[in-house]
This record gives sequence, C-alpha cells and structure tokens, in this order.
Amino acid sequence: MQIKILRSETNSHQLYTLPAGEIPLLNALTYIKETQDASLTFSAGCRASVCGTCAVRVNGREELSCSYKVKPGDLIEPLQYHPVLRDLKVDKHKAKETLLKSTAWLHESQEASLTHDDEKFTEKQTDCILCDSCYSACPVYAVNPDFLGPFALTRAYRYTSDKREGDAKTIIDNIQSNGVWDCTLCGECTAVCPKGIDPKMDITMLRGSSLQHGHSDPSFAQQSFGTLDFGGGGGFGFDPNAGF
Amino acid sequence: MVDVLIIGSGGAGLTAALSAQEAGASVLVVGKSYPTNSQTSMAQGGINAALGNVGEDHVSSHIADTIKSAHGLCDEEMVRQMCADAPKTIEWLENLGVPFSRFDVRGLTSDDKSLSELSSAGLTPAIKTVAQRQMGGASAKRACYAQDYTGLKILHTLYDTCLKENIDFLDEHYLLNLIVKDDVVKGATFLDIRTGEVLQIDAKSVVMATGGYASLYHGNTTNAYGSTGDGVAAVLRAGGAVSDMEFIQFHPTALKHSAILISESARGEGGYLVNEKGERFVDELKPRDEVARAIFAQMQEGQRVFLDVRHLGEEKLMELLPQEMELCKIHEHVDPATDLIPIKPVAHYSMGGIDVDYALEVTGIKGCFAVGECSNAKVHGANRLGGNSLLEIIAFGKFAGENAYKHSIYASSKPAEPTQKEKDTLEIEKLFSQEKRASFYPYRELLGNLFYEKVGIVRENKQLHAALEEVIEMQVAQKTMGIADKSPTNNQNLIDFLEFKNALLLAPTIISAAITRDESRGAHYKLGFESENEAFKQHIVLQWKRES
Repeated sequence: MQIKILRSETNSHQLYTLPAGEIPLLNALTYIKETQDASLTFSAGCRASVCGTCAVRVNGREELSCSYKVKPGDLIEPLQYHPVLRDLKVDKHKAKETLLKSTAWLHESQEASLTHDDEKFTEKQTDCILCDSCYSACPVYAVNPDFLGPFALTRAYRYTSDKREGDAKTIIDNIQSNGVWDCTLCGECTAVCPKGIDPKMDITMLRGSSLQHGHSDPSFAQQSFGTLDFGGGGGFGFDPNAGF
Repeated sequence: MVDVLIIGSGGAGLTAALSAQEAGASVLVVGKSYPTNSQTSMAQGGINAALGNVGEDHVSSHIADTIKSAHGLCDEEMVRQMCADAPKTIEWLENLGVPFSRFDVRGLTSDDKSLSELSSAGLTPAIKTVAQRQMGGASAKRACYAQDYTGLKILHTLYDTCLKENIDFLDEHYLLNLIVKDDVVKGATFLDIRTGEVLQIDAKSVVMATGGYASLYHGNTTNAYGSTGDGVAAVLRAGGAVSDMEFIQFHPTALKHSAILISESARGEGGYLVNEKGERFVDELKPRDEVARAIFAQMQEGQRVFLDVRHLGEEKLMELLPQEMELCKIHEHVDPATDLIPIKPVAHYSMGGIDVDYALEVTGIKGCFAVGECSNAKVHGANRLGGNSLLEIIAFGKFAGENAYKHSIYASSKPAEPTQKEKDTLEIEKLFSQEKRASFYPYRELLGNLFYEKVGIVRENKQLHAALEEVIEMQVAQKTMGIADKSPTNNQNLIDFLEFKNALLLAPTIISAAITRDESRGAHYKLGFESENEAFKQHIVLQWKRES
C-alpha cells in the first residue's frame, strides 16, 4: 500500500510504499525510517496512547500515530497551529503556554474528603495526555492565536470543580481573556480527542461558573448595553428606571 | 550556574525539582522530550502505601512484603524509609490534587481506629477515601490508584504543580555526558536536539532521573522507545558505579503481538491466566517473577497463554480498566469483555542501575544523585513489587531533591573547563562526517531479540556466553555503523543512534553480571542453578577502570 507524508524540506507530499496489512501508523513510520528513509522525522514514545507524543493529522483529522490503523492512500501531515520543526515533528511550547496562562493547577489546597462521585465527576478530564490534537483541530486558532484553547480550558475546569480547590475564582478570572468566551462551541476538539474528552462541554460549564463569579459574556454585554437604545422603541426592551 | 540540575523530566525528576526548589535551590530540569511524555505516564496499576483504607494493613506489612519479594537483595533500611514515607507521600500527592480513585466511606466515625492512627501520624483524614487495590505479592489491598491511569494522573498533576511553581525546563535536550572533575560532578553536556548544538550546563549538584534500560529488549518490552538507559550509561562513562544490572523484571502480561502492557491490576481485580486448554496453571497473584516463569514454561510446552477477565463483566472492566479495554481492542483485536486476551511476558523494569548510597548519591561521583528506575536504591532487590516503583519515584524523588540541594550549598561554584563539551562536539561532528555507514536499526532489533532469547526469563550460562560474544561482535560492528540523515537540526536518526550506543554499552554489564550469578534469585533464573545460593546474596557492582 502507499501513503503520502508531508515533508517539510520540500513542502511537498512524498509517497512511501508499505507492505500490505493492518498496522498502526506509528509502526509504518518506524518501518519507513528504518528501511527506506532515515531522514523522515516524527515524534513517538509509548506506543500505547498514553504519552501524548505522536499526534499527527491523517487526511485532515487528528490521530495518535500509535493507535491509528494506516489505510492505502492516507495523507499524513503535522498538527496545525504548531510551528513545524521538521516533517511531522512540531514545536509544542506555544500550545503548552496556554496551561501557564490558564493557571490550570490547584491554587489553594483545602481539606475535602472526596467521594466516588467526586472522582467520576472529572475522571474523563484527567485522562488528558496533552497530545495537542484538540489544539490542532480548533478553528479559533485561525483567527486568534492567543486563544487558551480546549486542553487548557478542560484542565482549568478540572481544577475549578475539584473540591480540594479553595480558590477556584482565580482560575475563573484567568480564563476570561482569550478564554471561555472565545470558543465557538463547534465541537471539533471533542470529535478528535483520542481519550474521549469533551472540552466543548467543559467550556460550556466554565461559562456557567464564570457568570456565577460575576463575569459576563463580552459579546453579549456589547449587544445589550453597548447601544443606548432602552425604552423608546417598539414595545420590547425595558426601562432601566422602571423599578427593576 | 544552577544549584541543582535535574536530568530527566518524568515523575522522579519533577518531584526532585519541586523538592529542591522548595528547599531553596535554583533548579533546571532537562529532558530529551517534553515532561509529560515520560515513561511514568505508562505506569498503570497503582502506588503502594499502607493506609489500610480497605481492610487491615500496616507499614510493617508493606516492609515485610517488599523485603520478601526482593529475595535478600534489598537494603532493609532503604525499604523501611520508602514504606514508612508512603502514607505521607500519598498525602502530598493528595494535596497537589492527584485525582485518585475513591470509594465511599460509610459509617467512618471519628473514633474509628484507622482514622485515629492517621491523625496521630499527623496525616489528613482526606486520604481515607482513596481506593486501594490488590497487587501481586502484597498481603493487603495497598495500591492507591486512579483507574488504570495512575502514573499518567500523578505525572500530569506534578507537571501542573511545576508550572505553578515556575520550575525551569529545558526540553528536547539529549544528555551526552556528565562532567566530573576529581570525582565531583560539575554539570553535564547535552545535544540541543532542535539546533544540533552541543552545550554545557554547569551545576553544583546533579540529579539523574533518566529512567530504566528495559528498551534494550527492543520489540520485547512494555517500555517506550526512549528507555535506553542513557543516564546509567553516562554514569558508567563518568566513572560511577552500576549494580544489580542482571535483574530485569519481566511483566507477565503484555499483549502478545505488540508487547503493550496490560496492568497487573487486571489480575489483582480477579483476572485469570489460562492456557489453550482453558486451564489455570498458576496463582495469578504471586510476584511477577514467578508468574512470568510459569507463563514462559507453558509457552515452552507450545501452549498459547491468555488473560481471562470475561467473568468480571463489561461494566466492572470499564470502571476499573478502561485503558486496557481500549488497548486490547486496538492492538489485539479482542474485546476483553467477551474474548480471551493473548499475552506473553516481556521486559518491563530494570531493578538494577546506578549504584547509590543511603543519600541516593552515586557511588564514585560526589554531588551526583540518582533516583527512580535509573537508580539502584536497593528497595526492589531481585524482584520489584507492583506499586512500589511509583512510590519510589515520589518518596525518593523528594529525598533526592533535598539531598542535592544540601550538597549544592557547600559545592564549588567554579564552572568546569569546556573540555568535555569540546570532546562531545567533535564526536558529534565525526558522526556527521562519516560516509557510507551501515544502518544500526537492524542491529537494534537484533539486540532486542538476542536479549529476549538469551538473557531473558530463563537463562543458561552457555546461552549467556553466546550472547556476550554476539554483543561484543556488535560493539565491533558498531564502528562501521552510523547515521544516514545528515541534517544538523531535529535529527531523530542521530538520537536513535546515540540511544542505541548507550544500550549497547550497557548490554555486556547485564550479561556479565548474569554469567557471574550462578544461582536463581527473583527475576534472575538460571538453569543448572535453580535455587538461591547464600554466597550470591550480594550485589554485583561494576565500575570502569580509570584511564591512567
């Protein structure tokens, strides 16, 4: 079978031939590197979908190389919105900075006896392997490179909903700018997550918490209060002086 | 110059970094990939601590089980320290926010005996709800876990905490050599994988947290590609000692075709091992060495061996082993809820490694500490218990960080001469200038198979001698091998080669120690010498002679 891989040096797709048979893409890449082209560069680690190293795009969709079964004609490319270092290997530093900006950690540990239900409440979110698939799939990055993005917000949500967190407000405050409100809720992140995490839902939940902590949707604020058109119109809206 | 240079960014390295910085040190963590990519993420089953949350348990039982499994080769003081530190280690992780699995405590009152024991030990009652499971060789349900993602969730929580504490990281830097002058560590040299440049990092203390060497068994190991013993090899080159290198743990249950790990917790939760006839042939909860040999014996008889968890039911499997369920489907095309899982034992963990003293300081190199799988702190002895490796990296990771800081206080701040850096730069340049070199990749595979067959679960002197000869031939042949990719930047071909060279450097230490040990003890089992021999109740320590 043949697959195509985007090579960075020539910025073109290179065709490689593999023996027939169902194998993980990572095995195919290793096979090519060992036997055909030692210069083909990609990142790999555990082979077992848990180290988060080997995510790439296959036919435009994010996949872990170690768990995706390669098919004839597949087109393999590096993750989007990450600087390409070489071939399929990308620089993940900028993406990782979103964790720092989101301050996605336990700020103030407070004593709380967690229950089985508490464990289950954020079990999925803590399955995250930081493979950056969701970051690559997120269309917001095409317009806003500073967006905090799905994995950082999921992690922020995981800590804000941890009963051991005594200062959830700080995290909530730190994810307002380029954060929860910039998401379009398109669900691409959820669709590509190899661990079945649902960042879209987590972001939705964070919006709820943000409102509770006194924040508001900036776009909504603009629509409602940005124009001074209260009262005088055709029967809808409200009079701010009418005893509300 | 940094106070404490930490090499390796897995669980041991991150813990050492946090503790060294908390103690007051300036810290830099250097790794060959990114912090969360490490082998720690693959630890599944759990982390041991005698909390007694599910039935009775005591630190003394934890110590006794660990010593028993070590078959006389552990240092009981180190075991005591690790096991006694375990409850507060869990408390520390709990306070960082590790999402442990929980069970609901019903009817636990303030006069509950175990609760009062906790508070008298100064521990938070919050850890009373941490669920604990059975692991092989343990006399109680002792392993705290987070589903079957224990290592992953501990590692990521540590990473989050490192970000919180502003720990400095230098990612994608590959360790070349330690810089040692007059038996004192002065720093290390690294290859910046992105730029291809060799750099020197000066440090007052160094913590090696570089992981194990089970990837020497390439293709026959649960380990990630990168577990090639880089740090162990660097210590050996720098004049430090290694010990117990022959003790490699074989995990009984890896997927047959991909060598991907199926956690011991699958058996701890009640899974059976069966042969083709559907017969059980071993007590599944014996320590790993015994179970691995029993499986190997079945395979020698031509039997295929399977893990059977069908009777646990899909719901329980998804609750306890969600990761395993997925991996079985992807890599073995079986659904554990309805099918048998084909398995084989493969190399999983290196008990031996860098020889260290009670302070985790490397024998032969002052100011250099080693922790985690790369080190031989003599807590696992001849056979490690499941759940003790995660404990070691955290409990001793803190200890190593503190000790490295203490050393740094009085260490000289005079940087080393650039001699090592210049030497390493030339070495790397040489690799680039060599033309028409043979590919080392086939040898990497050859070495992996050679070790699995001849330095494996059951050993024999004749086979070991043959293996040693083959390895020496391979070392000679290595001079004709090289890299085909000549790009100076982001050259993974070069890194693969340097890793292979490290594996090949360590290979004879493992074989020669195995040859010397004419007995069977724990994971080292030799035909013709099937029992323990008191004369060998000692560590085999290896150190290179100094060039005069």
